[in-house]
Amino acid sequence: MSSTVIITIICLSLLALFSAVILYFIAQKFKVIEDPRIDEIQAILPAANCGGCGFAGCRNFAEALVKADTFEGLNCPVGGAPIMAQAAAILGKTAPVVDPKVAVLICNGTPESRPQTSEYDGAPDCRIANNLYIGESDCSYGCLGKGDCVRACQFDAMYMDPVTRLPVISDEKCVSCGACVKACPRHIIELRKKAKKDRKIYVACSNCDKGAPARKACKVACIACNKCIKVCEFGAITIENNLAYIDSYKCTFCRKCPSECPTNAIIELNFPPRKTRTEVQAEVING
Amino acid sequence: MKTFPEGGVHPPENKLTAGSPIVHLPVPESVTIPVAQHIGSPATPVVGKGDAVKTGQVIAEAKGFVSSNIHSSVSGKVNKIDFIVDGTGFKQTAVFIDVEGDEWVDTIDRSSDIVREIKLTPEEITKRCLSSGIVGLGGATFPSHVKLTVPSGKRCGILIINGVECEPYLTSDHRLMIEKGEEVLVGVSILMKALRVDKAMIGIENNKPDAISHLTRLASDFNGISVHALKVKYPQGAEKQLIKALINREVPSGRLPIDIGAVVHNVGTAFAVYEAVQKNKPLFERVVTVTGKSLSNPGNYFVRTGTPVIKLIEAAGGMPEDTGKIINGGPMMGKAISNTNVPVVKGMSGIVVVPKIEASRKEIKPCIRCAKCVAACPVNLEPYLLMSLSEKGLFERAEKEGITDCMECGSCSFTCPGDRPLLDYIRLGKSTVIKMARERNLK
Repeated sequence: MSSTVIITIICLSLLALFSAVILYFIAQKFKVIEDPRIDEIQAILPAANCGGCGFAGCRNFAEALVKADTFEGLNCPVGGAPIMAQAAAILGKTAPVVDPKVAVLICNGTPESRPQTSEYDGAPDCRIANNLYIGESDCSYGCLGKGDCVRACQFDAMYMDPVTRLPVISDEKCVSCGACVKACPRHIIELRKKAKKDRKIYVACSNCDKGAPARKACKVACIACNKCIKVCEFGAITIENNLAYIDSYKCTFCRKCPSECPTNAIIELNFPPRKTRTEVQAEVING
Repeated sequence: MKTFPEGGVHPPENKLTAGSPIVHLPVPESVTIPVAQHIGSPATPVVGKGDAVKTGQVIAEAKGFVSSNIHSSVSGKVNKIDFIVDGTGFKQTAVFIDVEGDEWVDTIDRSSDIVREIKLTPEEITKRCLSSGIVGLGGATFPSHVKLTVPSGKRCGILIINGVECEPYLTSDHRLMIEKGEEVLVGVSILMKALRVDKAMIGIENNKPDAISHLTRLASDFNGISVHALKVKYPQGAEKQLIKALINREVPSGRLPIDIGAVVHNVGTAFAVYEAVQKNKPLFERVVTVTGKSLSNPGNYFVRTGTPVIKLIEAAGGMPEDTGKIINGGPMMGKAISNTNVPVVKGMSGIVVVPKIEASRKEIKPCIRCAKCVAACPVNLEPYLLMSLSEKGLFERAEKEGITDCMECGSCSFTCPGDRPLLDYIRLGKSTVIKMARERNLK
């Protein structure tokens, strides 16, 4: 009885030892040497796996950072400059300064300004509506309002406003990963340079039709009248395909163009209220 | 009785207007004629603002091989050339004409005698189809002269004429076969001559016994034309399903009927070809069924192209109060129109006014994997899978699953117990895959 136990123990121990030796040699033979810095960098990345950097996930981005000679063209929009600086410190490189961006909806076609001409009751999906017809209004460029962008946002930075029927983007939560830009079948979401205090001046219209039909379809459409170009002293505004565009890198927020626009297609956001003339005069008098 | 073997559904027929004779609709005060009434590149307008035009005059010329001429359907003055939202739901160029009288181009033979002798040669017939703007009138509006030009290396052995009209509600082809049977058969003979074939088969669904017996009687006078009754099953009228039913040959995936030696034309097209070849009359009017359960006076109307749809609805008794949707085409494959000023075009076979109760979509419920859609699919696809692939944007996989073979008949959505928008997503996937394939070919 006792000998059976002893023999069993000895046999199993020998088997274990033998297996351990084989496993040791196999482990040595097939050892994968991975740069330990990849783990280090992955640890500081936001782990959002949003794809905003252009890679499938944070791990792939970390590998790319370690492999790359310079940080040119590599940026984590979620982590921004502080994370990139940390990664650069680990790898002994320098991170170029990349301006933070924010997603902006290039359409302001609320039901009030863009009358509804038909009702869509198909599958609630912008891609399908876009494939089917010009949309619920006469504007074939504007927001379809079925919320593909909201569903694409992983950061809870968007919601559909039931009154305006347009998506609302939260400046605090948006990390400019670009998921909504890709999701929009009409390509009316743009990543623009983030300014101080989230100030924005942009042409909120994507209608490439000529002035008259554009205005007919939507009261706040850009009619390419050139007035904004004339007033802009910094050459930030261009007109292409009957549509004005304000370059967010050249714009100095002088606030001249919004009041010039005859259709109110140029929107200014997060600015202090404009002072009336009497207020300005009072300030001058009081020094 | 013959039919296609796989799938298919049985929607309620609702052929309310099967007994209503075709009525000529008066010429409206103004027409809007889109320059793209066919598959292929849009025609180029050749008239300008203020030009006087006659009925039957070319107002837009075909651009490229797969394109078609557009003719004025009225006489009068060109008001403007502008964009409109047409029956497809998208903006396109159209010629607006204010009607003055009804003066036809002199070359058109307006007598009602039936001309049976075919004088033109096959080449001349094909040319005439191009110049007269003949397109497939079954709904796809593929230019007919392209179908009549057999590519080198291929041979056409049989002409198949589609008189199935499997869409519920629609009766325009049915009435045409009964009232213009002889003209249709002469048209078939013309098509046979153009294709150099000696055999033509007309397929008609068995719910039109009067049309079958009428055409069978008339066809005994014509060489090589036979009439065949087909089982009532949707989509019997789809090109490939009709070929399978009649000659038991299957068109391979991604190929055309000509690859197996057959050419399919619609009875409406045969009639248009008759008028173009024997009467020199271009295609500018057609039979449109105006129907719906709430309409007081549904019927079949012979209408000029460019007439606003509202005129048709007014003729049929005015817009019912409970209207939910107005469908361009049949209820299975048709598309709701977004406004009633949409003009009648060559491909418009019917206008169905659907009451609100029937028109609205039901709540989407989860897929329970019952596979009813798989059983209903006439081309052996898996609609539930194609839908979820398109929904998730996995278009490469959808391409492998054969999404481009879908003919958008809607049998899957019709049969789904969960009211899932199967076809909506499949259509999205199909168009995306076709776009992807085109881009790949360009590279």
